[in-house]
Amino acid sequence: MRHLLSTEGIDPGLATAVLDTAARLKQALEGREVRKLPTLRGRTVITVFYENSTRTRVSFEIAGKWMSADVVNVSSSGSSVGKGESLRDTALTLAAAGADCVIVRHPASGAAHRLAGWLHEAGTSVVNAGDGTHEHPTQALLDAATLRERLGDLRDRRVAIVGDVLHSRVARSNVHLLTALGAEVTLIAPPTLLPAGVENWPVHVSHELDAELPSQDAVMLLRVQAERMHGGFFPSAREYSIAYGLNENRLRLLPDHAVVLHPGPMLRGMEIASSVADSPRAAITDQVRNGVHVRMAVLYHLLAHEEETS
Amino acid sequence: MNPLIIRGVRPYGEGEPVDVLVRDGVVAAIGEVAEEGAEVVEGGGAVLLPGFVDLHTHLREPGREDTETIATGSAAAALGGYTAVFAMANTDPVADNAVIVEHVARRGREVGLVDVHPVGAVTVGLKGEKLAELGTMAKAGVRVFSDDGHCVHDPLVMRRALEYSKALDVVVAQHAEEPRLTVGAQAHEGEQAARLGLQGWPAAAEEAVVARDCLLARQVGARLHVCHVSTAGTADVLAWAKARGTEVSAEVTPHHLLLTDERLATYDPVNKVNPPLRTADDVRKLREALAAGVIDCVATDHAPHAVQDKDCEWSAARPGMLGLQTALSIVVETMVETGLLDWRGVARVLSERPAEIAGLPDQGRPIEVGEPANLVLVDPGARWTVRGAELASIAANTPFEGMELPGAVVATVLRGRVTALRGRIPA
Ligand SMILES: [Zn+2]
Repeated sequence: MRHLLSTEGIDPGLATAVLDTAARLKQALEGREVRKLPTLRGRTVITVFYENSTRTRVSFEIAGKWMSADVVNVSSSGSSVGKGESLRDTALTLAAAGADCVIVRHPASGAAHRLAGWLHEAGTSVVNAGDGTHEHPTQALLDAATLRERLGDLRDRRVAIVGDVLHSRVARSNVHLLTALGAEVTLIAPPTLLPAGVENWPVHVSHELDAELPSQDAVMLLRVQAERMHGGFFPSAREYSIAYGLNENRLRLLPDHAVVLHPGPMLRGMEIASSVADSPRAAITDQVRNGVHVRMAVLYHLLAHEEETS
Repeated sequence: MNPLIIRGVRPYGEGEPVDVLVRDGVVAAIGEVAEEGAEVVEGGGAVLLPGFVDLHTHLREPGREDTETIATGSAAAALGGYTAVFAMANTDPVADNAVIVEHVARRGREVGLVDVHPVGAVTVGLKGEKLAELGTMAKAGVRVFSDDGHCVHDPLVMRRALEYSKALDVVVAQHAEEPRLTVGAQAHEGEQAARLGLQGWPAAAEEAVVARDCLLARQVGARLHVCHVSTAGTADVLAWAKARGTEVSAEVTPHHLLLTDERLATYDPVNKVNPPLRTADDVRKLREALAAGVIDCVATDHAPHAVQDKDCEWSAARPGMLGLQTALSIVVETMVETGLLDWRGVARVLSERPAEIAGLPDQGRPIEVGEPANLVLVDPGARWTVRGAELASIAANTPFEGMELPGAVVATVLRGRVTALRGRIPA
């Protein structure tokens, strides 16, 4: 694996290998006092975040450090990134500075693809940590890792993804990855929050949450961005919550084994009732924990695992 | 100026090769001709057509001379077979007054490679609010008005522009894009944009404005021209409007005749254009509509951009692509080699109809004795590979980079003077 830009078209074997590596790393580090592996000693990993996301940046940073890589964070305030330097020039600077891997979060869809193109000759790997409304592949991997822990093999498992699919890079990455792993995905949202052409995606589409819940093994709630509430995508936060919020009554419609996921940050009371978020059915803190192991596994496959090329 | 003999050419690709004698800027004889001291262009059986007329060119001067100037754009036009181009008004400063349009026209005359007709803005500063001084600009020679780059979206402003233009006998050319439906739009709204996470530019945002403008044009009895038609639905609207007698004309770009949004997969902004590349169904319908005359002509929307405005992330990139030197070849590829148009048809869509739409008396004329010698000689059998860096434009943003295309301009003649010959501008 040279880059991780998206989960679209991902080889199921490779995805499984990354998830297996993540599980092994988790096991190896469990209960250890010094959580540090020497695997990436001497390698330089740079995170470049054009959008604030403490959650994702810190997860990558810890992942790199636990693998003994040198991790450098560049955020958009107080750096050339914030001074209007072009993404291309930033890429060339990072390559010249000797980055082995650049982890990028950017508000423009496709920014990670462009970065990978500019860094091609330098041999630098690129990890897409979220590009616009396109993809967020490590989020999908950590979601899959969490589901595998709770449900085992994901083949023929049913996963509902609820909410703002239109603007969600998490949803896109999950659709590709979960279907590659053999799961059946149902997208549940009002038509205003579903992308054009969704009928040709390899998923079921529904506007009725209650009707779908009894048959699901997992429910993944998407973040509803506050600005959407005034964008006319749905009439009000209240109506959204009534139709698509996961409350206790709805939780009871799910099978007992079903898992609740949320990529965070959560709008408690609207997308998800507090009691649901804090219930043992919710795997939200597991997602955060698995995020570190999955990102360690991704860095391992990009920077240490030589025999694989893709 | 010496007389000119274009030897061994086939007007409109028909019949046996003949010689064409040009004297004093006018076609003086067709057949077997001899003239002492004449300059001779060997035609080798190539196709002779009236010189092309582009209703939609961005020359970037004044304001962005780092990407194109009237001189470099004129050279690209001549090399592309054009004898007249219309320079869009979205310069900096905007061509919304007589001073700027006169400057553009004067620079065009000084360069002298192609007739440069300035397009005047419909509204002050292209803001869509207040009519620009259309009458003053018309007096300065402006035949076409457009806010291109922006839609005149306020229906009352558009109505007034159409009404006012009637008395001036000019045409209002609309960039049809409903702005509320295209906020943040980055790509054709459909499967591809959804897959790439790019905000959609719905077909209806174009179709709705074209439909509205056709209704307005018919209501007030004015002439409307629709810029760069990009959707199958717009072709349907145009067919309907024309059938009920609306005085509407329309253009399609070469890139909308060939490329689809499949090309966006790499996120390379060389493919970013406004209106966006659409689907294969749209492409098919646009070709049919052009062949049937529902869409009147081909216009390039030649839009040069600096490297930094294109070699960046998709959303930051400026929309637009070069067009003047590839237009003929794309028309050959999409319309001639598919059997949709013969060379008479090519003359119609690249020369005669655009000249009629803009009211140019001396362009797009038949190749006959006594007619102005604005001509282009086309080698239909030639194939060439596009290299952006080798085009005459300062910018190099062509989506056809590396593509092998059919058909090449052998020579362009402007009022009896050779302005381009085998890929070079004569000294
Ligand atoms: Zn336009």
